[in-house]
Amino acid sequence: MGLRIYAVLYLIFLYAPIALLPIFAFNDGTIIAFPLRGFTTEWFRQLTEIPALHGAVLNSLIIAVSSAVIATLLGICAARAATRFVFPGKKGIMGLIMLPLVLPEIIVAVSLLVVLLQLGLPLGAWTVVLGHVLICVPFSVAILNSAFQSLDVSLEEAAIDLGETRWSSFRLITLPLVMPGIISSLLISFTISLDEFIIAFFLTGTDPTLPVYLWGQLRFPQKIPVVMALGTLLVLASVILLAVAEYVRRRGAARTGQRDTGGLM
Amino acid sequence: MSDTGSRPRAGRGEAARGALLVGPPFLYALLLLAVPLGAIGLFSFWTQDYLTLDTTLTLKNYREAFTEPLYMQLLLRSLMISGAVTVATVLLAFPVAYYVSFHVRPERKAMWIFLITIPFWTSYLIRVFLWKVILGFNGVINTTLQGIGIIDEPLRFILYNANAVVITLAHAFAPFAILPIFVALEKIDRSLLEASRDLGETHVTTFLRVTLPLAMPGVVAAVLIVFIPTIGDYVTPRLVGGPNGLMIANMIQTQFLKLNNAPMGAALAVLAMAMVGAVSLVFLALTRRYLRGRG
Repeated sequence: MGLRIYAVLYLIFLYAPIALLPIFAFNDGTIIAFPLRGFTTEWFRQLTEIPALHGAVLNSLIIAVSSAVIATLLGICAARAATRFVFPGKKGIMGLIMLPLVLPEIIVAVSLLVVLLQLGLPLGAWTVVLGHVLICVPFSVAILNSAFQSLDVSLEEAAIDLGETRWSSFRLITLPLVMPGIISSLLISFTISLDEFIIAFFLTGTDPTLPVYLWGQLRFPQKIPVVMALGTLLVLASVILLAVAEYVRRRGAARTGQRDTGGLM
Repeated sequence: MSDTGSRPRAGRGEAARGALLVGPPFLYALLLLAVPLGAIGLFSFWTQDYLTLDTTLTLKNYREAFTEPLYMQLLLRSLMISGAVTVATVLLAFPVAYYVSFHVRPERKAMWIFLITIPFWTSYLIRVFLWKVILGFNGVINTTLQGIGIIDEPLRFILYNANAVVITLAHAFAPFAILPIFVALEKIDRSLLEASRDLGETHVTTFLRVTLPLAMPGVVAAVLIVFIPTIGDYVTPRLVGGPNGLMIANMIQTQFLKLNNAPMGAALAVLAMAMVGAVSLVFLALTRRYLRGRG
């Protein structure tokens, strides 16, 4: 019983900051502190009138979609190879691919920056994509590993015995079964990229991504309420994305007859 | 070649196909991770004077890092803060993972894990900023405590110092600690616990002698996955740390983006990584000895 109370308190601790977002987003005062001053939707209205913000959102969306697609394609290759095949140097290769999971982001950011600048390449959205793919691939591999692992290899073999080619059996049998994992990986990678700040800050060049734009705004106290409104929308968007990812993942798990172990990791 | 093995096997064709498949992600990681990491290492032995880069190999940056008190102070403080964050996060997380694994009904477990992971995925910058709102002078904690008359003056020790950094990071890394411990606990064969009870152990001794040692791999993973990335955080120190809560990543960022001294920044990055790496290895060795002592 004591443990249960503790767990609930812990959840409150986890959700406390997010719970404050909508409170201040609708608060009719420019100072982010209690007591509250009354209800307003002014901050949300202002969001629609900032061209720099719209540019940043568009930039972030393009980066997030590109990163998600590339990371998931690479993730499919890595997860399929790791679950299905034995090849020389497997442990080291997989270790390198998963390394960004424990590497501080600033290390990834500065090392890429150094190389790009030395090669004389211009910074821009594509350099952020390069970095984001790197940090999204480990998550993609983790999700897809469990999708591929639960797959019964004999299904594919049966298809090959029945005259399908290796590619067509992959497309017709394997792909549909791991599709929930793929969608889940796309959504998670998209969410990670959309929210990532440190790498974007170093590699973005002159066109800021949404978090980089937000970082700039946090310096101006009078702009904070608008940031709160934006934050509310962002949290809403990521909760929806994650809920969809979780729903798809669970349906996939049920379809392959896997015991639901829970969790996106 | 219709005989594609039913299990991963080391046949030559199979190995070739596996290698071909892993090729693209491997090349990507090699070119965009391994090579840049090597470049950082090389860079740290170069020097830069404004815009001219001197590629003569020298230990000048490292000498400066060890003799300039500010750098050492930042490195040591970062280690201390990361250590404190790790201890706080893992200690706070363990009971939650234990609760979900042992006391939540199987069909509700996924829901709990989902609830725990959601805050982690929501805008990192804004979450950190909100801690400033919670801990601040006119923040939630101070106004509430003053409102119910527990304190007269706002508490000052909870914002713009290392405490605030520890609280904020313990919050940010919570799921990273809970998930590996939860996975390790889930793998424990429940009949072992029953056997222990049958053999006369109490709840407490069963936990200490059976559950905890078996959960150690998860705890070790949690420690490493919190400790190593924390050293590289610069958002939290900047927003809630105040002047005495700044960490080495803030200095690395300044060297790269403001002072135009990339080689010095690279040397500091290498030193920071070497320090966390060394601490992690010592920690791994200690836990291995502890587990062997038990087994």
